[in-house]
Amino acid sequence: MQLLILGAGSDIGIAIAHQYAKAEGAHICLASRNLGLLKKKAMDIETRYQVKARAVEFDARDYAGHRFFYQSLDPKPDAVVFTAGYLGNHDLAQKDFGETRKIIETNFLGAVSILEIIAADFEAKGRGLIIGVSSVAGERGRQSNYLYGAAKSALTTFLSGLRNRLYPSHVRVMTVLPGFVRTRMTAGMNLPQLLMIEPEQVAEDVYRAYQTCKDIVYSGWFWRWIMRIIRNIPETVFKRMKL
Amino acid sequence: MCSPNSDSGPLPLRDTVLTRPALPVFISGWGRTPRIHASGYDIESFEEILPLLKQETGDFIVHALGRSYGDSSLSRNVILTRRLNAILNFDPDTGIVICESGVSLFDLIDVFLPRGWFLSVTPGTKFITVGGAIAGDVHGKNHHKTGCFSTSVIRMDVLVPSGQIITCSSQTHRELFLATCGGMGLTGVILSAELQLQPVQSAFIDQEIIKCRNLWETIDTFHQYHLSTYSVAWIDCLSQGKDLGRSLLMVGEHAQSGRLRLPEIRRHSVPFDVPGICLNPYSVSLFNAIYYAKTRRQHISNTVSLNTFFYPLDAILQWNRIYGKNGFTQYQMVLPLESSHAGLKAILTRIARSGMGSFLAVLKLFGPTNENYLSFPLKGFTLALDFKMVSRLLPLLNELDRIVLDHDGRIYLSKDVRMKSETFQKSYPDLEKFREIRRHYGATTQFNSLQSRRLEI
Repeated sequence: MQLLILGAGSDIGIAIAHQYAKAEGAHICLASRNLGLLKKKAMDIETRYQVKARAVEFDARDYAGHRFFYQSLDPKPDAVVFTAGYLGNHDLAQKDFGETRKIIETNFLGAVSILEIIAADFEAKGRGLIIGVSSVAGERGRQSNYLYGAAKSALTTFLSGLRNRLYPSHVRVMTVLPGFVRTRMTAGMNLPQLLMIEPEQVAEDVYRAYQTCKDIVYSGWFWRWIMRIIRNIPETVFKRMKL
Repeated sequence: MCSPNSDSGPLPLRDTVLTRPALPVFISGWGRTPRIHASGYDIESFEEILPLLKQETGDFIVHALGRSYGDSSLSRNVILTRRLNAILNFDPDTGIVICESGVSLFDLIDVFLPRGWFLSVTPGTKFITVGGAIAGDVHGKNHHKTGCFSTSVIRMDVLVPSGQIITCSSQTHRELFLATCGGMGLTGVILSAELQLQPVQSAFIDQEIIKCRNLWETIDTFHQYHLSTYSVAWIDCLSQGKDLGRSLLMVGEHAQSGRLRLPEIRRHSVPFDVPGICLNPYSVSLFNAIYYAKTRRQHISNTVSLNTFFYPLDAILQWNRIYGKNGFTQYQMVLPLESSHAGLKAILTRIARSGMGSFLAVLKLFGPTNENYLSFPLKGFTLALDFKMVSRLLPLLNELDRIVLDHDGRIYLSKDVRMKSETFQKSYPDLEKFREIRRHYGATTQFNSLQSRRLEI
C-alpha cells in the first residue's frame, strides 16, 4: 500500500501513518507545509517499520498548486488520508472574516480541491481508498465553535457524497469523526479529561474500521452515543443551552 | 552531529520558527510529590528551543515522561520533549541506533527486539526516555558487568545555552560528555544520541532465584554469582533479628533460544489513589512474609520473558498511586564494598525498627564507578526502598543519610526529593568539576531544577 497523508503535520495524521506502516507495511508519503519536520518524521517511520517513507510539501490552501502536487507524486498513492485541519480562534473568527476564511479553507475547501483531483484518478483506476478526518464538531453547530463545526460539517457532507459517487468504481471513502483528542490542536484547552483520547487511539480506530469496511467511524466509540443524544435535542431546547 | 544528514546541517524549518506559547502544566515526578504548576514548552524540534534560551526567564529543565522520582525534572519552566521522539537511523550490522532524546526505552525495545537487539543497559522500567536515561546515568541489573547507561552512549548532541549544538563523546568534548551523563539535565538539552544495542537470541531470560536467610548470606551469594550477567535481590526490609536482610536473589542470563517477540502482556492500572490506611506496617510485613515464603525451595530455575524479569512493575500502570495521594519517595543509596556489611546492617536495623519499610526494597552489587562527574554508582552495595510520604519519614531519612555519610556512601539523585545540600556536597567528590562545566557553558542560570536549587548544584 502507498499511503499519502495530507496534513501530516497533525498528530492524528502522523499516528495514522505509524499505524498503517506498522500493521500493513504501508509505504508512507507525508505531505504538509513544514518540510523540515516532516523529513525527520519520515526517517523515523522508515527506521521503525522498515518501509519507505518520504516527505513532500503540501499546503491545503494552495488550490492552484494541487494538480501539480498530485501529478508530481511518484509513485501515486492507492490510499490517501486527509487530515489537514485548523481549529482557529473562534472568538477572533466571529469578528475577523480572515480567520473564519482560514478555518473554512483549511478544513473544507482544501479537502475539496485536492480530493476531487485524487478521486478522479482513483475513479479512473477503479480502486483506491480515501479517508477523511472530519470531526464530531460538525454534527451540530454550537456557539463555542460553530465556524470550525460548519467547515467540518461541510467536509462530512462532501465525504458522504464522494462515497456515494465512488461506490460503483470500487473506491472506498471513509469518514472519521474524532471527539476530543490530546493533540497540539487541543493543547491548553480546558476539556473534560475523561472524554479525551490519544491520537494513537484514533489511528487504531481508523485501522479497525478500515479492516471491517466501515464507512463512518467515531473515535472514541462513545462519541457515537454522545452525538446521537446531542443531535436529538430539539432545537427549541438546544438554542438555550450553553455548549 | 549525530543525525545522519549531518553534512547538510540541521534540518531547516520552512516556516519561521514558531514560538509556541507556554502551556500551563501541573506536574510531578513519579513519587507524586511535590506537584507544581509550571510553564510547559511542548517542542518537537530543537529550533523551537532556541527562542526560549534567549528569554531572560532562566530555570529551564527538561521534563519528558516524569519518571524520575523526586524533583529533578521539575522547574518553573519545563521543556517537554515527548515529541522529540524520532528514531533516525539503525544499522542492523552493528546494532547502533541514532535517536532523539524523547524516544522511550519502550519504543526501542518494541522496534528492535524483534530484530534481535536489546538495550545494553536497562533500568527497571521502560517508560523512560533515552534523554532521561542519560541524564540520570541509570543502571540496571548488569551494572557489575556492564556499567551505567552511559557506556552504551557512543555520542550525543547537546544543545547548550548559547544555542550551539555540541556533539560530545568520551573522546570529543569529553568534559561535556562526563558532565551530561548523570548530569540531571543541568548542562543543556540532550537532543539526540547514538546508542550501542546488544545482540540477543531471544526475548526470554533464564532466571535463577536463590533464597538467602539473612544479610550475610545475601552478600555472600551476590559475590558467589558475580559472573552472572544480571543480578538483583528483593530484600525484606521489615524482618529483624536473625532474619535481618533475608532476601530472594535473582540472577539471569539471556536465553539462547525462544522467540524474539515478547508475549502480549495484559496491563493493569491502579485507577485511583489508594487510601493511606491500606498501607501500614502490618499489611506490608504480611505481604513481605508471604512473598518470601511462597518461594519454598532454596533454589529455583525457570525461564521468564524480558518484561517479567526487567519490568515487573510496568505491567501495573500508575502503580505509584498505591501510596495514596500524598505520594512516596524512593530512598536509594550506595555504600562502598568495605563498609557495605556494617552500613547495611545499621540501615536495615534502623528501618526495621521504624516499621516504615515497604514492599519494594532492592539490593544490588554494583561494579566499579565511572568517570562521569555526578554518576551515582560506586563499587559496593546499593539499597533502594520505597516509603510512603508521611511527616515522620523525613527525620528517619535524615538519620539514614548520616549513616550513609559515615560509611562513605551516597544518595541517587534520580530518586532524591529531600536530601540536604551538605549531604550531597560531601558525597559527590567531582561536584566542582561539574560546576566548572556548567559555568563554562553558561548553564548555571539557564538550566535548573527544583533539585539543583535545593542541593545548590
